[in-house]
Amino acid sequence: MKNFKKIAALALSAVMCLGLLTACGNKDDKQAGSGLETLETGKLILSTNSDFPPYCILADDGSFEGIDYELAAKIAEKLGLELVIDDMAFDAALTAVQNGQSDVAMGGISVNDERKAVMDFTDTYATGVQVVIVKEGSPVTMDNLGDYMIGTQLGTTGYLYASDTPENDGYGEDHVIGYEGGAMAVQALINGTVDAVIIDDLPAKEYVAANPNAGLTILEGTWVTEDYAIGVKKGNTAMLEALNQALKELKEDGTVQEIMDKYIKAD
Amino acid sequence: MDWAQYYAQLSAMAKAGEDLGFFENFFRLFYQAFVEGERWRLYVKGFAATLELTVLALCIGIVLGVLVAVVRTAHDQQRRGHKNPVLSLFNGLCKVYTTVIRGTPMMVQLLIWSFVIFSFSRNRVLIGAFGIGVNSGAYVAEIVRGGLMSVDVGQSEASRSLGLGYFDTMRFIVIPQAFKNILPALGNEFITLFKDTSLVSAIGGAELIYYARAIGSKTYEYMFPLYGAALMYLIFCIILTWLQGKLERRLRQSDKR
Repeated sequence: MKNFKKIAALALSAVMCLGLLTACGNKDDKQAGSGLETLETGKLILSTNSDFPPYCILADDGSFEGIDYELAAKIAEKLGLELVIDDMAFDAALTAVQNGQSDVAMGGISVNDERKAVMDFTDTYATGVQVVIVKEGSPVTMDNLGDYMIGTQLGTTGYLYASDTPENDGYGEDHVIGYEGGAMAVQALINGTVDAVIIDDLPAKEYVAANPNAGLTILEGTWVTEDYAIGVKKGNTAMLEALNQALKELKEDGTVQEIMDKYIKAD
Repeated sequence: MDWAQYYAQLSAMAKAGEDLGFFENFFRLFYQAFVEGERWRLYVKGFAATLELTVLALCIGIVLGVLVAVVRTAHDQQRRGHKNPVLSLFNGLCKVYTTVIRGTPMMVQLLIWSFVIFSFSRNRVLIGAFGIGVNSGAYVAEIVRGGLMSVDVGQSEASRSLGLGYFDTMRFIVIPQAFKNILPALGNEFITLFKDTSLVSAIGGAELIYYARAIGSKTYEYMFPLYGAALMYLIFCIILTWLQGKLERRLRQSDKR
């Protein structure tokens, strides 16, 4: 019995050592086929949050679809890389690219000065307009939002601006709740836990359409207008240039417009 | 020089892409995470909510747990051939409760409480406390049941034959002995409960982790907010463990071993 225990312990430690070795093995070769350095050879790792229709959608069969993912796939094709999508919470997706856990971050990421300070952005590929969803007949308007409870997605610009202090045109931390996902914030609105949800206009339309019996409506006007771009690690100029070049080509040959038209239905 | 000025200077340098020294960068990130915009107030507020959650959940958990444990023990310790049908019914209910609660993740339970059952309520901290309390109750019940069962039946038989009623027997004979036995396990459960309150952030309950993440998402720098939150949890856990040790020593005083 004693011997058996010894052998078992030895076998276990051997297995653990093997695990460590394989874990280290992946990092050796970084040079990609196209000469572009990525985290893993031949792969473009995209960190994102799939709670943002129609840009990022987790399909029923577990695959990824949406404007951003199709665009990313086309870009990866141009760069000769295989696209790997890493789905996580939105705030985590932004941090992942800064920390070098992913090559690029996408997912309706609005460009602002604070974000520019911690990561680099490509040229913009779409315009994001943030709107306010409320219940029909609700007394909430664009001007009195600060008197009510507002649901947002944690880490989005909607959350950042709304939770800022009133001196900075925000409504204060006490009036804003940051949920893990946009769908959760909308669910909270339907339940009556919050009075309004600030979110980008296309997802807003999707959410309102997806809950026809909940009596949701989008307030007239826009809350803020921003540009969407792809985020890369600060200082990774090679990647930035390659992405911008690919984006430019895709814009010129109409691929970007094609993808947009596929997902955005005219009103 | 003024700290705020120093911070503004350093962050301007960082924005311009200059490399800061280790201590300069440490100061910048620390200031950004805790001092800038009086952010430390958010941590304090969050920690207060965490404590509120813990105390409320603890009360719910103890009440539920003791009730369930008493019913389960009373049922299991009936004399052979004497089955009280009312007790059997309650015993069944308690069994279902512990099975369901212990068989599903707390995260799922919290989401269900918040988004399905109490979907009308705005007080997410209260919902969170309720969810965690109900969850903890199931574990406390098993711990207390184990303690009550560990006291030999002969003790309560002797007590009953000396003329004490059921409640007096429980109060003077069984519970004092059981309590000493289960104290380490119970203390563990309470410390776990305190740490599990962090899950309430998933339903938007504004407690410590919620604010730490919120600050991280604003500054794009998670190290200091998360370390700060972890440190607050750790310090409080150390205090709890110390108190538990003191109580255990106090209860051991009359031991003649």
